Amino acid sequence: MNPFNPAGTTANRPTSRPAVVGGLLAAALLLSACGGTAGAGTEPAADATPVSGGNLNFALSVDRGCIDPQQAGNNDAIAVARQTVASLTSQDPKTGEIVPWLAEKFEANADATSFTFTLRDGATFADGAAIDAASVKTNFEAIKALGAKATLGSTYLSDVSAITVPDAKTVVVDFSKPNAQFLQATSTFTLGLLSPAAAALSEADRCAGKFSGSGPFSVRSYTVDKEAVLERRPGYSWPAATNTNKGEAYLDTVTFKIIPEAGNRTGSLQSGQIDATAAISAADVALFNGNGFSTETRANPGVVYNLYPNESSPKLKDTAVRQAISKAINREEITSTLLTDADQPAKGVLSHTTPYFTDLSPLLAHDPDGARKLLDAAGWKEGPDGVREKEGEKLSFQVTYWQSPKEVLELVQQQLKAVGVDLQLKFTTIADVTAAQADKTYDFSYGNLTRSDPDVLRTVFSSATARGGSNLREQLPVDDTLGEQAAALDQAARQKLVDQAQETLIKDAHSIPLYELSTTISASEKVHGLTFEASSRLDFYDTWLSN
Amino acid sequence: MIRFIGRRLLQGAFVLWAAYTVSFFILYLLPGDAVSIMASGDEQNAVDPALVARLRSEYGLDRPLPEQYLIALVKALQLDFGISIKNGVSATAAVAEVLPETIKLAAAGFALAVILGSALAIGAAFSRNRWLRQAFAALPPLGIAVPTFWIGLLLLQFFSFRFRLFPAIGNDGVASLVLPALTLAIPTAAVIAQLLSRSLHRTLGEPYIEQIRAKGASDALIHFGHALRNAAIPTLTMLGILVGNLLAGAVVSETVFSRAGIGRLTVTAVNSRDIPVVQTLVVLAAAIFVLTSLLVDLIYPLVDPRINTARRVSV
Repeated sequence: MNPFNPAGTTANRPTSRPAVVGGLLAAALLLSACGGTAGAGTEPAADATPVSGGNLNFALSVDRGCIDPQQAGNNDAIAVARQTVASLTSQDPKTGEIVPWLAEKFEANADATSFTFTLRDGATFADGAAIDAASVKTNFEAIKALGAKATLGSTYLSDVSAITVPDAKTVVVDFSKPNAQFLQATSTFTLGLLSPAAAALSEADRCAGKFSGSGPFSVRSYTVDKEAVLERRPGYSWPAATNTNKGEAYLDTVTFKIIPEAGNRTGSLQSGQIDATAAISAADVALFNGNGFSTETRANPGVVYNLYPNESSPKLKDTAVRQAISKAINREEITSTLLTDADQPAKGVLSHTTPYFTDLSPLLAHDPDGARKLLDAAGWKEGPDGVREKEGEKLSFQVTYWQSPKEVLELVQQQLKAVGVDLQLKFTTIADVTAAQADKTYDFSYGNLTRSDPDVLRTVFSSATARGGSNLREQLPVDDTLGEQAAALDQAARQKLVDQAQETLIKDAHSIPLYELSTTISASEKVHGLTFEASSRLDFYDTWLSN
Repeated sequence: MIRFIGRRLLQGAFVLWAAYTVSFFILYLLPGDAVSIMASGDEQNAVDPALVARLRSEYGLDRPLPEQYLIALVKALQLDFGISIKNGVSATAAVAEVLPETIKLAAAGFALAVILGSALAIGAAFSRNRWLRQAFAALPPLGIAVPTFWIGLLLLQFFSFRFRLFPAIGNDGVASLVLPALTLAIPTAAVIAQLLSRSLHRTLGEPYIEQIRAKGASDALIHFGHALRNAAIPTLTMLGILVGNLLAGAVVSETVFSRAGIGRLTVTAVNSRDIPVVQTLVVLAAAIFVLTSLLVDLIYPLVDPRINTARRVSV
């Protein structure tokens, strides 16, 4: 039996739900592109009846000191924060469809500038306050007020022009520009709802988890660098349509233990001192296939690991040079030699678990001869040391990065060397990387961005904001395409625009994708129903422990 | 004596100010600032640069450096080191919360180090067997040469993962303290053993020992009653450095064993350029050094009445 039984699929969800999902919109968001590839597991075997009770010990590798869902930006903090809040909507991990959660009904106007949510009855915050329309307004306004501290929320709500509350059950969010991504944003933990009282809390208290949430778990205690303990929220009965559990969470408590040392995490899981973790190093993952353990991997949706060329530098302004670099990379070799069997090479700018994904791997084929031809034609001739040069300048670039495994870019370095391109690597801390990006003198930046909506392309690649780490290029027609997909509610129309944007980004090598970041849960076999939500974040609501 | 202590405290205050000032400017010279690190999450930066700039100005990080320094210094004099940029907790509160954990660890580590180190040194001095004596003498250099994190991982592998005697992680109870304290104690014990063993050897060769021996004193009385006291002085002098070692070792030990403490806090604060927290830690470390060396000076006369601390230092 697969212990990672999925969130319930749309097929076997009770049909009696009074939800009349805005018809056109639901159809628009019902996606086939990523169907069947979500990898969120299978149905539980018939004899596996969930039992209530117990504590699950889950290891995290870092603690950024803040578990406020509206501020959390790193995966470990998100794992804790996600469980404490319910969102207006949920997203089906298999189809990408947006389905009801706190909002039993939702619809958008034709140009995606106005969204109306109708809330379900009976849901409350942990402090007893009702989850009503006014509380939604308070939450969204509080997130806007957080500004840059809301690392993700600030981008979702940046164009909000008005939030109105016609009655206690209805909230209308208006945007100054079309915003097709907003419905998906309401399914994320970032726009999850906290009791309005949280808006008055100090930043320190919010970060320390002293808020009252709306989700299946509440924060019992949180000690920075040590552990966060969540406890079951009594009376929780407003699950997302994607969950199989319909009542209170099965687990009494979830204890997130912070274990920074990779060897310690592996040993602690093997010796039963923790029950599960998503932070086993690639080299050790195989230890947990069988032998009383199980492993489940899902690619994070969104923009895959990319090298982003800084096109404000003269050498990388030349499209041919960028194209040659992309052709010289053997993506298959990266995943097969350095990562786990479940990891996949990039097949486009978006990973295969992202809604509206299209396989563009023919455009990403390994073609070192093609790369050499392009560079020859562009006037870059091989010098005595094997590195190409033109007018006394070497074809040499630097990339500053902190992401592990660091060997990925070491391999890329060797692959580029084979066609005469020199890539200098500087593996360092996040602090040094952000500094290098801030002064905008980098050649390449490196990274990914998780989001289960293709609008993530606009966030990363739009030329509108000259953000550190981006292409820093001048405005091009692809910006219009990116803008148009953000306004398209019709599925077919949006698919076409997303495909068009991706093709341009790859063909002109604004994007040099490498491989898909994935999240791997390694768990003891007594852990059941630990699932991935659509954004590959962890969901402990359906999780239970067998004896 | 009071004049001596007063003067030492004044010197200490200068040391604290210097530590604060130097660390302030070094941290500002380092590339990367806390606000952009916070806004970057762990993935590709998605935040509007305008919002980041607004946040930076809210923290006063856009003001001229001398102005930032003076404001910070005046506040620091009132023991207000500012708030942690990552979560808004006051820096002193963040340090105070985990300080007891590190004090427990360091105290246990130090006690173990003194016991282990002295036992090795005395064992080497006492043993008549040549092989045993050589074994005792060879252990300290080994203890110094082996990296602390490796010792920690080995202890984990055997005593936690294989035999499951002690927990691998956490701060709960005495059991969780054993392996981290041992990891911390081994290099310090090695230093103590080496120093003490050498001075014990020298002291035992001095004429007054011969005289006591000639009077018929037992080996135990010679070692514990006469030699050890004299031989302890150089080790005592090293105490300040050993305490520093313990603080540095806490970084490694707390990371390997996942203990909350000021070592871990230092690592995360430096990595996220959380200047208020780093500065609190720097001043704390400086204060510990100042107090330890003052304490050592005050202890000298108790161990060896020939040393008059006040007169010696004020000459």
